[in-house]
Amino acid sequence: MARVLIVAEHDGRSLNPSTAKCVSCARSFETSAIDIAVLAGDGGAVAAQAAALAGVTGVIRVDHPANEGALAAVAAPQVCEMAADYTHVFGPSTTFGKDLMPRVAALLGVGQLSDIMSAESAWRFKRPFYAGNAILTVEAPQDRPVVATVRTASYQAAESTGKAPIREQSVDAALPAHTRFIETRSDSGGGRPDLQTAARVVPGGRGVGSKENFELIYRLADKLGAAIGASRAAVDSGYAGNELQVGQTGKIIAPQLYVAVGISGAIQHLTGIKDAGVIVAINTDAEAPLFEVADIGLVADLFAAVPELIEALGG
Amino acid sequence: MTVINTILVPLKRVVDANVRVRVKADGSGMALDGVKMSINPFDEIALEEALRIRERGEADEIVVATLGAQVCSQQLRGGLAMGADRAILVEVDRELEPLTVARTLLALVQREDSQLVIMGKQAIDGDNNQTGQMLAALWGRPQATFASHLSFNGGVATAMREVDAGLEVIEVDLPAVVTTDLRLNEPRYTKLPDILKAKKKPLETITLDELQVEPETQFRVLGIEPPAQRPRGVKVGSVDELVQALRQKELI
Ligand SMILES: Cc1cc2nc3c(=O)[nH]c(=O)nc-3n(C[C@H](O)[C@H](O)[C@H](O)COP(=O)(O)OP(=O)(O)OC[C@H]3O[C@@H](n4cnc5c(N)ncnc54)[C@H](O)[C@@H]3O)c2cc1C
Ligand SMILES: Cc1cc2nc3c(=O)[nH]c(=O)nc-3n(C[C@H](O)[C@H](O)[C@H](O)COP(=O)(O)OP(=O)(O)OC[C@H]3O[C@@H](n4cnc5c(N)ncnc54)[C@H](O)[C@@H]3O)c2cc1C
Repeated sequence: MARVLIVAEHDGRSLNPSTAKCVSCARSFETSAIDIAVLAGDGGAVAAQAAALAGVTGVIRVDHPANEGALAAVAAPQVCEMAADYTHVFGPSTTFGKDLMPRVAALLGVGQLSDIMSAESAWRFKRPFYAGNAILTVEAPQDRPVVATVRTASYQAAESTGKAPIREQSVDAALPAHTRFIETRSDSGGGRPDLQTAARVVPGGRGVGSKENFELIYRLADKLGAAIGASRAAVDSGYAGNELQVGQTGKIIAPQLYVAVGISGAIQHLTGIKDAGVIVAINTDAEAPLFEVADIGLVADLFAAVPELIEALGG
Repeated sequence: MTVINTILVPLKRVVDANVRVRVKADGSGMALDGVKMSINPFDEIALEEALRIRERGEADEIVVATLGAQVCSQQLRGGLAMGADRAILVEVDRELEPLTVARTLLALVQREDSQLVIMGKQAIDGDNNQTGQMLAALWGRPQATFASHLSFNGGVATAMREVDAGLEVIEVDLPAVVTTDLRLNEPRYTKLPDILKAKKKPLETITLDELQVEPETQFRVLGIEPPAQRPRGVKVGSVDELVQALRQKELI
């Protein structure tokens, strides 16, 4: 039976919800083990959170100073060492997992599956390609490990109701020194919900017109308790940070509510919101492609409609 | 003397980003007859970055390479017109999985004694986002993926990476693999004289056999289907109606 190893994504303090989504993917087929590997400088807190996820059978905690920066080149040989005990090695299809998992696969001498959106069995999966315009069903061979990333927007996070054992493991693999972490720079988003996991998202597009005007998006988002998002055009124009880009080459998300303001709905953008619950579009152009997928469309000038909407939502 | 003598830039021929592709009615593949083909946009960005590095005097030569059928020489000519020095077509007549592409690129890196490979973070058809990372692993060298800024100091490259949390800065020793994100640069337009000049630049065709790469297919494709369609929504006439509709769905 399948034995799945999941590589935890975390920031040293908290486990990223993407890991709990990988657990849900692994729980969707028959397994005899679902273990989580926590590679960190000091992984105590993260390992405890991983051990609490429902369905997890064990947590392997690997503390090493070199694991501080979460570098793929450093993590990959360690993951490969653990992989021998497993039939599957999963990571999330976030920038962390996309960076790491192909490196793990190649070191193991096997191919990698990207963006699992559903599992028909432990060896048969569906994944999107062509910007989500097509869904591929593929079968992986059973005679070698399945290394894959899990499309996080396709799964709910596993709940924290479990209590799996945690064991510590030391690093035997030789770790490279050719790659060095320098720093992370992020706009923490002013305490707003995280785009990738938020139940509501308000994204702005080129139609918003300037960084100053983006204030309107912030106000609407705050009214709705929503995270901020952006189209590529809005990011390229400097209205919003790159971490807010939604789409084929940005974040793929599945909020309950998505209120797109001044976004045309290019195919690459739509790829990012295929699994959203209710999509609202506010755009002056009645022909904008976003209206084809929007559940509720309002043809209107955003500079009139958004303040009115904020007003209508009340205090 | 420059530190980097040869930059290798793989170019993949893909359906143009502006084309809306669909699954064939019988589910046997994508309907691609007669659609416009282009260089994968991320690879164009990779080539632009390589050109700038050479123009700054930090590299001597740029080689573009593609794996595919003879028609892919169109994209290689496009790369030569943008400014690459020479091109290599590895002629293959079937779809390759990323691991085979990476093994082939490694053979090219060794053949050309390249110190830097710059390539797209993902191809917009396969959307795998794997090949660069696999090449770096097989090569035993660093990877700087999703780069939005790149600079060099001797044998060390500093890359700014677009990650989910924002931006990350890492330092890698050369030789290394860099994969590009959209905001690394804006590729130049090619002018007619460049297109004419490109016709005279060397374009070599080789085979996987010559590179001693054995193509391997691990994943069996069982089917291709169109994605689930979202039910058509409604248009409302005013903000009031919008608020009502949201209330009805119990979203506010
Ligand atoms: C390889 C590749 C990858 C890409 N990846 C992504 C990606 O991940 N994410 C992404 O978003 N894009 C991506 N793109 C870009 C994509 O093709 C579009 O260019 C982009 O999404 C357009 O952004 P936009 O809708 O904000 O801008 P536009 O297409 O310019 O649309 C602006 C909209 O605002 C409306 N508008 C203008 N003024 C007002 C007003 N006052 N009130 C209301 N509405 C108004 C206009 O009618 C228009 O519909 C990618 C492109 C390529 C080639
Ligand atoms: C309908 C369809 C069915 C398919 N079926 C199969 C199948 O049965 N078996 C199979 O093995 N493959 C199959 N493929 C091919 C496969 O899905 C990918 O196209 C291929 O594996 C490369 O992945 P990618 O382009 O997504 O790689 P990515 O990792 O996304 O590409 C990243 C970068 O790698 C470089 N690169 C990738 N490919 C090339 C290339 N050919 N030349 C130069 N540079 C390149 C480019 O720089 C690119 O930007 C199929 C593809 C399609 C469209």
